[in-house]
Amino acid sequence: MDFLTLIQVLDSTVRLAVPLLLACLAGLFSERAGIFDIGLEGKMLMAAFFSAAVAAVTGNVWLGLLAGVASSLALAGLHGLASITFRGNQLISGVAINFLASGLTVLIAQNWFQQGGRTPSLIGAGRFNSVELPFAIGPTEAEAAGRPLSQLLAEAGPLQQIYSELLSGHSVLVYLSFLAVPLTAWILFGTRFGLRLRAVGENPAAVDTAGVSVVGLRFAAVGICGILCGIAGAYLATALQAGFVKEMTAGRGFIALAALIFAKWRPWHALSATLLFGLLQALALRFQSINLGGITLPVQLMEALPYILTVVILAGFVGKAVPPKAGGTPYVKER
Amino acid sequence: MDKMPKWADVVLIPVISLLLAAALSALVILGIGKDPVEAVQLMVSGALGSTYGWGYTLYYATNFLFTGLAVSVAYHAGLFNIGGEGQAMLGGLGVALICLFIPWPHWSIALVVAAIAAGLFGAAWAAIPAYLQAKRGSHVVITTIMFNFIAFSVMNYMLVNVLKPAGSMDPATARFGENVHLPSLHDILAPIGISFHERAPANVTLLVALAACVVVWLLIWRTPLGYEIRTFGKSEAGTRYAGMSPLKITMIAMLISGALCGMMAINNVMGEAERLVLNSTEGAGFIGIAVALMGRNHPFGVFLAAILFGFLYQGGAELALWANIPRELIVVIQALVILFTGALDNMVRMPLEKLFVAIRKEKA
Repeated sequence: MDFLTLIQVLDSTVRLAVPLLLACLAGLFSERAGIFDIGLEGKMLMAAFFSAAVAAVTGNVWLGLLAGVASSLALAGLHGLASITFRGNQLISGVAINFLASGLTVLIAQNWFQQGGRTPSLIGAGRFNSVELPFAIGPTEAEAAGRPLSQLLAEAGPLQQIYSELLSGHSVLVYLSFLAVPLTAWILFGTRFGLRLRAVGENPAAVDTAGVSVVGLRFAAVGICGILCGIAGAYLATALQAGFVKEMTAGRGFIALAALIFAKWRPWHALSATLLFGLLQALALRFQSINLGGITLPVQLMEALPYILTVVILAGFVGKAVPPKAGGTPYVKER
Repeated sequence: MDKMPKWADVVLIPVISLLLAAALSALVILGIGKDPVEAVQLMVSGALGSTYGWGYTLYYATNFLFTGLAVSVAYHAGLFNIGGEGQAMLGGLGVALICLFIPWPHWSIALVVAAIAAGLFGAAWAAIPAYLQAKRGSHVVITTIMFNFIAFSVMNYMLVNVLKPAGSMDPATARFGENVHLPSLHDILAPIGISFHERAPANVTLLVALAACVVVWLLIWRTPLGYEIRTFGKSEAGTRYAGMSPLKITMIAMLISGALCGMMAINNVMGEAERLVLNSTEGAGFIGIAVALMGRNHPFGVFLAAILFGFLYQGGAELALWANIPRELIVVIQALVILFTGALDNMVRMPLEKLFVAIRKEKA
């Protein structure tokens, strides 16, 4: 594997890690506030469809993003209603939301577009196009030179390769999602809201006693979760790919959940966990099987590795993953 | 004192939840520009209007009986087994190995051994999450979800790299021999003078599933083990004080649950497809959740719910065929059933409880 190939694998790692990262941070807010969310997958899928559908109809990707976030927020609201207001089982609610999204997206897509449960392909302003950083070698340079981009990149020095291939040329959502990591860390650990949010996930009775609304805080957390899942879904359908296809989230919501446990519910660790899982996806995508000194690893192992790693982490053999204490239990106010 | 009479809890709440789910489903059908009444008529005639339709309805119901019972056994122990899908996939692997490589003299012997193998494979797939839950406190929901994905990769590997016949492009095993062909309802009912459609897939496994209902009922309500399982589901601390072992109960409940899911494979792999294909379970493991919730975790309730979902599945296929409504409508209905009978249970329960308390005060 030469240097440029390595950079290309890392580049696709970044692209594939972004939806995982956004969904993982979404789950982080929700679970830190004591609301388990296995419906990340469903919210992403719903947002993927509505963002692609609205972007296809209006030709404006930002309207698409807005629609995606709104649809994800609606499902988040449903989860809040079931698990906060009616104190239902949060896991069952998550399962229901996943199925709801899985069914409704295809049903509506078929009804609106008659293309077998997909949206039309997005073109031009209907997609998030890549941002060319200054001095990077991109499609514009290739056009000016009249030569293919791959040739120009192969001739460039290693630093330029890293800059042009790895750092430049992503959609704006990629850069925003990486900024979301320090932002999340600051909100959770640097603000009063974050302190209260974490407290409500550990000991809601104490928060209640202090005169702060448990229900309000939890709804806020679930809402933030909805927004982030919405952006993740929109990224999938309008940036990573050009349009919605049936079941396009392909288990990413669950990988994000795995990453969240892997990261032990901490923002910066969420970044490294999702990058690791993104790398596994990128490797599985690029190489059908990997040869490690005589032993061939099948591609199926690469696909299963995030889940296997999560089970190992959950088993507590590599440091114990302790979820927020009040996670999964509805809060009943004493009367 | 209970706030509500028992019949309200067992019958009234599920019926109201179901009606809410049905009403919303009707709205969804209206929303995509179709007529709900026409859709229901088509579903009824397609799923229940002929022995062919019944054959499919009962075939699907057999799958859901196994997975529904599996979810409810775990639920009685306070465990949410969401890994039925993976356990059923592995059960299919067990069935395929038994049927492919051993020349059975008669289908009945093959069925018994295949059922045992399917159960063992399913139970084995549930064993690790169960052990981790009991011993290391890893949440069984998360581990079983992970094991679903791992199961899919295992099946993919086994079918593509190991079991696929040479020269075949399809990730599936070879067809099983005639010697392990299970009698269909047509074969069973013909000697006693009832004519059942020849090509309908419902088969002798249905009887196994019904027997499983009875066995689960006996297990949960008529054995010491069942008592321990229910006690554990109500209170872990109580179980400890009573000197029962939480590790043992968790393991046994999950192993039974996994075995039941695995045994589904004698229906879909051995009875219907007669070969193992990728994604042979078609989501039946997840439907078990809806079936168990709707059936209030009682084998008889599970039986009714499984028939209902069998009807929905077959009816949904008819809708896709004749009314141009995608099969995903069934997924939406399934989601709404899970939502209303599971997550939003209190939405129906709280006002009803208030109502019953008010009525009682009036009388007093």
